[in-house]
Amino acid sequence: MSQTPKTLNESPSQTAGPYVHIGCTPNFGGIDGVYVEDPGSRLINEETRGERITIKGCVYDGTGAPLTDALIEIWQADAAGLYSSPEESRGQVDPNFSGWGRSPGDMETGEFSFESVRPGAVPYPDGRMQAPHITFWIVARGINIGLHTRMYFDDEEAANAADPILASIAHRQRVDTMIAKCDSEGAYRFDIHLQGEHETIFFDM
Amino acid sequence: MSTETRPQPGYIPRDRAWQPPALAPAYKTSITRSPQQALLSFPTTLSEESGPVFGHSILGSQDSNLLQNFAADGASAIGPRILVYGQVRDQSGQGVPDALIEVWQANAGGRYRHQKETYIAPLDPNFGGCGRCFTDDRGYYEFRSVHPGAYPWPNSENSWRPAHIHFSVFGPAFAQRLITQMYFEGDPLIWECPIVTAIPSRQGIESLIARLDLDATLPMDSIAYRFDITLRGRQQTYFENRTEGL
Repeated sequence: MSQTPKTLNESPSQTAGPYVHIGCTPNFGGIDGVYVEDPGSRLINEETRGERITIKGCVYDGTGAPLTDALIEIWQADAAGLYSSPEESRGQVDPNFSGWGRSPGDMETGEFSFESVRPGAVPYPDGRMQAPHITFWIVARGINIGLHTRMYFDDEEAANAADPILASIAHRQRVDTMIAKCDSEGAYRFDIHLQGEHETIFFDM
Repeated sequence: MSTETRPQPGYIPRDRAWQPPALAPAYKTSITRSPQQALLSFPTTLSEESGPVFGHSILGSQDSNLLQNFAADGASAIGPRILVYGQVRDQSGQGVPDALIEVWQANAGGRYRHQKETYIAPLDPNFGGCGRCFTDDRGYYEFRSVHPGAYPWPNSENSWRPAHIHFSVFGPAFAQRLITQMYFEGDPLIWECPIVTAIPSRQGIESLIARLDLDATLPMDSIAYRFDITLRGRQQTYFENRTEGL
């Protein structure tokens, strides 16, 4: 084991503020003609392999009101459990799947929406398998540092029961805050609560 | 089942005493938007150590030039012309190549181009306020723009944001994802702003203040500011012979 060399401090985070759309989804924000399309608006195309899913939800503040100025990003493996990343060494990811999506909440209702495929399982560092999951990252006015969490699937009970991250949660009644509910075939609801009785589990990893 | 060997160790945990806390009561909106339960800690996994790759083909020729990318032919944004540049590096000091940087800002009068913006300062018809670029092979980036104006905001009866540019940065790992703001050297409003002072240390705040860099100025064109960004890095300590089940 080598000595740990001195490391730089990470740049401090600052809130994305109320106008995150200008920089991250300018076409949605009404700035037309600068970018051809907003980054992250499509994860899949007709050729993408796997079961189609939609994910909808809202981010709620401590008063129960939906945030109408948030930006939500997701990152996930393809249907075979492979990431579209140089870090992926286990196989060839589906070339028709980006793995990354970005959705502004609706400016009136706050609802975000993604169309994707159901991810395959990916391994934990010790070799155990993690249940299929999608990483979420939430920024908004009033959020000083972006919030990481994961969405798991309510119809993956056996895989969820064996998932090392879910298993590590001491307060078992909070596990449900990370599990999306299947409304109808392929349609999942994943609401995120910043505070309160149903506060979502956020990560420090 | 084959043993998955990790090519590299995981990412250094975020220093939560260095980063602004979720709850900074002087920044009122944080009161109802800050998680109150303990965060769940775990070492990064492949899900956090991987991250999206963006093709350079998404860029238009003027994407990093906010002076021009929303302007009519022959026109240019109004305001003090600036060049903002710097290096994106990780905590080991290594430059991060091919990092996507997205920026957004108010115009020179402090007005954003957004449906919900209500400030009385006028829009500039030739300024959109968004830009993006990739870092080069040594981690360096560069934008052209106008110096944004300070503006009032409804936190207290007389709150003014210091002039700033918002930065969104992607490293190779999603764990490195960062949104921050760049401030300008010498702006007295920096030290009055509760968003800024949510950062616990003076050293941390100073790391977000871009320095005037006359050596990088474009003569008779634009004044230059340097702003370096540090993303999370990997653990330097190697756990040798790491095996399954450890």
